[in-house]
Amino acid sequence: MDEFTTTRHNPGIDPHMHIWGWEIPVYLFLGGLVAGLMILAGYHILKARDRQERVSYPYAPMLGVILLSLGMNALFLDLANKLHVWRLYLTFEITSPMSWGSWILLLVYPALLAAAVLHPPERVPFGQGLLNMVRRWSAWMHARPRLIQAVGLANLAGGIALGIYTGILLGAFGARPLWNSAILGPLFLFSGLSTAAALMHLLAVVTRSGSGLAFADVALAGVFRLMDPDHCKHIMVRADASFLTIELAILGLWLIGLLTGTGVQQEAAGLLLGGPYTAGFWGGVILAGVGLPLVLQYLELSGRIRHTVIPAILVLIGGFVLRLVLVSAGQASHWS
Amino acid sequence: MSQAVSRRQFIKISASLLAAAGLGGSFLASGALGAAEAQGVPPAGGLRTIPTFCDMCFWKCGAIASIRDGKLWKLEGNPLDPLCRGRLCPRGTGGVGAHIDPDRLVKPLLRAKVRGEEQWNVVSWDDALGYTAEKMQAIKAKYGPEAMALFAHGIGGTFLKHTIKAYGSPNIAAPSFAQCRGPRDVGFRLTFGDDPGSPERTDIANARCLVLIGSHLGENMHNSQVQEFAEAVAKGCTVICADPRFSTAASKAQWWLPVKPGSDTALLLAWMQVLVSEKLYDVEYVTKYGYGFEQFAASIATCTPEWAFVETGIQPDVIRATARAMGQNRPATLVHPGRHTNWYGNDTQRSRAIALINALLGSWGRKGGFYVPAMMDLPPYPYPAYPKPARPKVDNPGKKYPFAHEVITTGIREATITGNPYPVKGWMVYATNLMHALPNQDETIKAIQNLDLLAVCDVIPSETAGWADVVLPECTYLERYDDLNPELFREPFIGLRQPVVAAPGEQKPNWWIARELAGKLGLSSYFPWQDIEEYLGARLAKGGYDFAQLKRDGIIRGAKQPIYMEDGAAVDFATPSGKIEFWSQQLADHGFDPVPKHVPPPPNPPGSYRVLYGRAPMHSFSRTQTNPLLHDLMAENAVWLNAIEAKRLGLKSGDRVRLRNQDGVISDPIAVKATERIRPDCVYMVHGFGHTAKGLKRAYRKGASDSRLQTRYDTDPLMGGTGLNNNFVTLEAV
Amino acid sequence: MARLAMVIDTKLCVGCADCVVACTTENDVPLGFCRDWIVEQVGGAYPTPLLEIRSERCNHCDSPPCVGCCPTGASHMHSYGGVVLVDHNKCIGCKACIAACPYDARYTHPDGHVDKCTFCIHRVEKGQLPACVSVCPTHCMHFGDLDDPESDVSKLLRSRPHHALLPAAGTGPQVHYLT
Ligand SMILES: Nc1nc2c(c(=O)[nH]1)N[C@H]1C(S)=C(S)[C@@H](COP(=O)(O)OP(=O)(O)OC[C@H]3O[C@@H](n4cnc5c(=O)[nH]c(N)nc54)[C@H](O)[C@@H]3O)O[C@H]1N2
Ligand SMILES: Nc1nc2c(c(=O)[nH]1)N[C@H]1C(S)=C(S)[C@@H](COP(=O)(O)OP(=O)(O)OC[C@H]3O[C@@H](n4cnc5c(=O)[nH]c(N)nc54)[C@H](O)[C@@H]3O)O[C@H]1N2
Ligand code: SF4
Ligand code: SF4
Ligand code: SF4
Ligand code: SF4
Ligand code: SF4
Ligand SMILES: [Mo]
Repeated sequence: MDEFTTTRHNPGIDPHMHIWGWEIPVYLFLGGLVAGLMILAGYHILKARDRQERVSYPYAPMLGVILLSLGMNALFLDLANKLHVWRLYLTFEITSPMSWGSWILLLVYPALLAAAVLHPPERVPFGQGLLNMVRRWSAWMHARPRLIQAVGLANLAGGIALGIYTGILLGAFGARPLWNSAILGPLFLFSGLSTAAALMHLLAVVTRSGSGLAFADVALAGVFRLMDPDHCKHIMVRADASFLTIELAILGLWLIGLLTGTGVQQEAAGLLLGGPYTAGFWGGVILAGVGLPLVLQYLELSGRIRHTVIPAILVLIGGFVLRLVLVSAGQASHWS
Repeated sequence: MSQAVSRRQFIKISASLLAAAGLGGSFLASGALGAAEAQGVPPAGGLRTIPTFCDMCFWKCGAIASIRDGKLWKLEGNPLDPLCRGRLCPRGTGGVGAHIDPDRLVKPLLRAKVRGEEQWNVVSWDDALGYTAEKMQAIKAKYGPEAMALFAHGIGGTFLKHTIKAYGSPNIAAPSFAQCRGPRDVGFRLTFGDDPGSPERTDIANARCLVLIGSHLGENMHNSQVQEFAEAVAKGCTVICADPRFSTAASKAQWWLPVKPGSDTALLLAWMQVLVSEKLYDVEYVTKYGYGFEQFAASIATCTPEWAFVETGIQPDVIRATARAMGQNRPATLVHPGRHTNWYGNDTQRSRAIALINALLGSWGRKGGFYVPAMMDLPPYPYPAYPKPARPKVDNPGKKYPFAHEVITTGIREATITGNPYPVKGWMVYATNLMHALPNQDETIKAIQNLDLLAVCDVIPSETAGWADVVLPECTYLERYDDLNPELFREPFIGLRQPVVAAPGEQKPNWWIARELAGKLGLSSYFPWQDIEEYLGARLAKGGYDFAQLKRDGIIRGAKQPIYMEDGAAVDFATPSGKIEFWSQQLADHGFDPVPKHVPPPPNPPGSYRVLYGRAPMHSFSRTQTNPLLHDLMAENAVWLNAIEAKRLGLKSGDRVRLRNQDGVISDPIAVKATERIRPDCVYMVHGFGHTAKGLKRAYRKGASDSRLQTRYDTDPLMGGTGLNNNFVTLEAV
Repeated sequence: MARLAMVIDTKLCVGCADCVVACTTENDVPLGFCRDWIVEQVGGAYPTPLLEIRSERCNHCDSPPCVGCCPTGASHMHSYGGVVLVDHNKCIGCKACIAACPYDARYTHPDGHVDKCTFCIHRVEKGQLPACVSVCPTHCMHFGDLDDPESDVSKLLRSRPHHALLPAAGTGPQVHYLT
């Protein structure tokens, strides 16, 4: 091995790049989660067609609006030159995933809001006046099936775009061999879907067990109106199980891609295989975040054990750890 | 943002680039800006430029300071200066950091508690100098003026030297002799009757073969030397580098000879044996200028490459091949005299061997060898005569070091400890950090404890200042005038140091300190001038030079004159024989080898490594570690250890170790640099790190000090130099 | 058009870092940061080691990923000479360009914007050499226009073996090293 010394010691760059801390992972996690929520919502809105009152969990969009805003705040916190943030919206840089992202974020808001308006709660702790107005819009929309379909499509499309973007954002960095793979798009998309499903499952269970999550009560009021919650849970569990299986497959493909890739990619893979991020990746993501939930859910579905919220919680944590590990390990991966 | 440059501007760029390439001069030299700024013409934007000369080391390169909105912005080389040719070294460029260094001394200090505890009372200049004068008068009354010694290094010492001479003491020394170039100068004087000088009169630029014995040019950043070295390498000069360490210079060389430490004399003798036996030497030159060649040839006849191989570890065929390369390129073969030559205590003889091989090659006085330097004559200021000291200098009683022609720092230290030949009770220390500069720190402390007065004038709270009774904070070279510098160089010139910014605190320039102190000592008559401009003006006027021009340009250049024998430059040899002394009667008379012999250095104690040391290009000795700009480039030193040895000891680069020397002295923790670039029998560290003075906040306890580990020093019997390379360490992981 | 480039002779560079200090003072680079830096690479083994010393900085790449990924257009290619610059006013400090540079040539300036070597365009446009080039004591740095076959950078690249950093990264670096 060559002896190598450098006088460079730039903060955030040397000895290992550390320009992104917790903020970006949080942003990517919530972004993916919301993407998942939008896709689920969009899918059900479309499926229910003209019988919207049968939509199984109508408050996902409202939840999405809130989580997305939290995510964008995390992103904002990461900016080193916050006062200039508005510069993002003075231009569209076609080659910049960041630029795409900032515009996508802007565009998914209307879709989410529209979907939220479709299913306003019957009662809210406060602001009844506002609710009544929203209900009037809702009614107006319900009278227009094509509009409903458009909203469904917008959420489906917006969700997919958002989910893939959170992966492309990292995947596009040719300088970081660990990230530099198109497969990160689908990976984050399905990870997003699984976390979304997990979240809904969690809420369903939590509210069923009557624990005092006021918000969840509100959010899920409609679910119990039409549908037997256990049935609902099953759907979510199945959905989650399938998303997780796909996610696992993609993770596998991604690793194989790295290992069969160029020298620098193999070196990058080393960070997860025996390197400093091995524990986080295998323990936090593969085992706790995907493997264990799959097993538990299988046992739940086949009725060997009773339903718990544990798999859902594991999936959510795993989803975040995935971003955390990838963002940190990716920064540590380099060319020279 | 900025818009595109016009085609016209661009032509200007490439034109000047060609100029730069062609002239080997700097772009500033040919560029519009350079010309303007050198003339002190303030360009747009609140910019002013003032020329001065650098003091980040002793080379004295001409610098141009750019002042932006009243603040020092940058320092660049003065294109008019023959020394720097428009380009400074990293320390010169980083001189800005000396001005802004937050660790600087700001106010005069009086010791509050025990010596060395670095606890102070802030006092006025009047009190500080009053205290100093009072103590000096007491010493004079009790022990005589000779009991006061001055250690002063660099041009800033001129005026304090004047004060001390006026006071009546001859004991004025700098580490530049007994810890630096002394052996070299003596070795060359014994041979050619003259020394290589500083700046060295080496014609590196025109050498076709350059031989480096140590001399780590490129790490040793003496500007002109490095510039010429690069020039020579670019011209395809054959570089032969003997060094136990693969130095930067070695990496540019065709031949790297990883000699056993301390075996250079054997190598040199073998080279000469080949040159003589193969008649590759300059017969004509030697017969014309040489004295005692026959005895010389006879005494080296047995020094064959095969013999030298055993001593040096260098293959005989390599020794022959390199000797032949030297022979083929003579007289443009320069065997560099080196500078810091206090290595093993037998260094004068090694230096003499270097002088002799240059004599064989006929390079002294020849192009590509040693040119004949010139100096402008600048009369001294007409001071009254100094009082004649009653006693001779204290450092070299009975001339026990017969060939010492400068005062020996460590001789003064010894006298201070022993009181022989007479007591020394006061030290004034100017611009030298004795704790790092002199080997065996305990002896230095012992001497200090015998003093009635230790006054230290420095710019930062150095280790030596830490031991002082009174600390006199000087402003940096950027904030003051100093004496004129009529340089002895390729072409004669006079350089001016003038203030480019104001001192940030109560610091005062040395000339003011010297003058005030003289006043308090009742020696005002020795300072007829009121302020330094008056002094400089008077000196320049006497020499017929224009002060205004010097202030504007920073440099006054004299007429070029022939610098090579072949061009008619006069070379005379001020030796007893008036010739180049291949065989030295003087040495014989004093019982030394008239022709150098190889004396192997003491061997490594089992399992230990010899401690070698040197320079980092971005630092000067122990003076720049707190400089924010330079600290940023190298915050601490590392200990170089051969990669295989490191593996054997289970150490890898970055591991922290302590070094324990033969006398049980243990260093501060220092990082290991496991490297292929050094012999397995020695370690190497950059000098000047491992600061222990609390005031040096930025540098405090960063890296380790070679000086601390140099408890052993071998004194050169010819001139009293202290050989520092006979210290050995083992490594202990921390 | 012009293609500005730097050509550095590793056979002459001594790693003194004068180029680094000069950059710091010329460009008011904040303490603790650097736009250029010195790399020492040792190959081979004792007693025949090899040493290459390089002064490195932004390579002002022909196809700079740092520009492509910038969401605001702050990172851009200058209208003259292909110099890659950061417009401080447009920069939001998202640091995408830092992640995008395979040479780690960029850093976040304490003022919030991202910073890096500018090829001293402010000097070049005045007909001066970049600060680092202008101080180098070994004259091992050269700067000029590769589109001009007569410029000394063009001549050097024609006449001497040379390499650039991470060619495989496909960025087309324009700081070239003579070997
Ligand atoms: N940047 C910078 N430059 C400086 C200075 C500075 O402080 N900083 N100081 C200046 C001053 S005053 C001086 S005196 C010079 C000193 O610089 P030089 O005159 O070059 O000093 P040396 O001791 O010859 O150089 C040390 C080299 O000698 C090698 N060496 C050690 N022992 C032996 C040996 O037994 N044989 C051989 N052949 N080589 C050996 C070491 O490995 C190291 O590479 O530097 C000057 N230049
Ligand atoms: N162990 C070891 N000892 C050595 C050497 C070595 O390599 N290793 N090198 C030897 C050689 S070659 C030499 S030349 C000597 C050099 O020895 P010194 O000349 O003592 O060099 P420094 O250690 O830099 O100490 C210089 C002191 O002067 C101060 N100073 C700097 N500028 C100014 C100024 O403008 N005014 C005042 N008043 N003070 C100032 C600095 O802060 C510092 O405290 O050391 C010799 N001793
Ligand atoms: S060699 Fe460097 S430090 Fe010494 S005087 Fe010249 S520029 Fe200054
Ligand atoms: S200034 Fe020149 S010689 Fe010194 S490190 Fe920079 S490029 Fe190399
Ligand atoms: S070196 Fe890095 S910062 Fe510079 S242009 Fe190339 S990619 Fe961009
Ligand atoms: S940090 Fe600034 S320059 Fe870099 S990508 Fe973001 S906005 Fe562009
Ligand atoms: S070109 Fe200018 S900005 Fe770039 S490294 Fe050199 S000095 Fe610094
Ligand atoms: Mo020295």
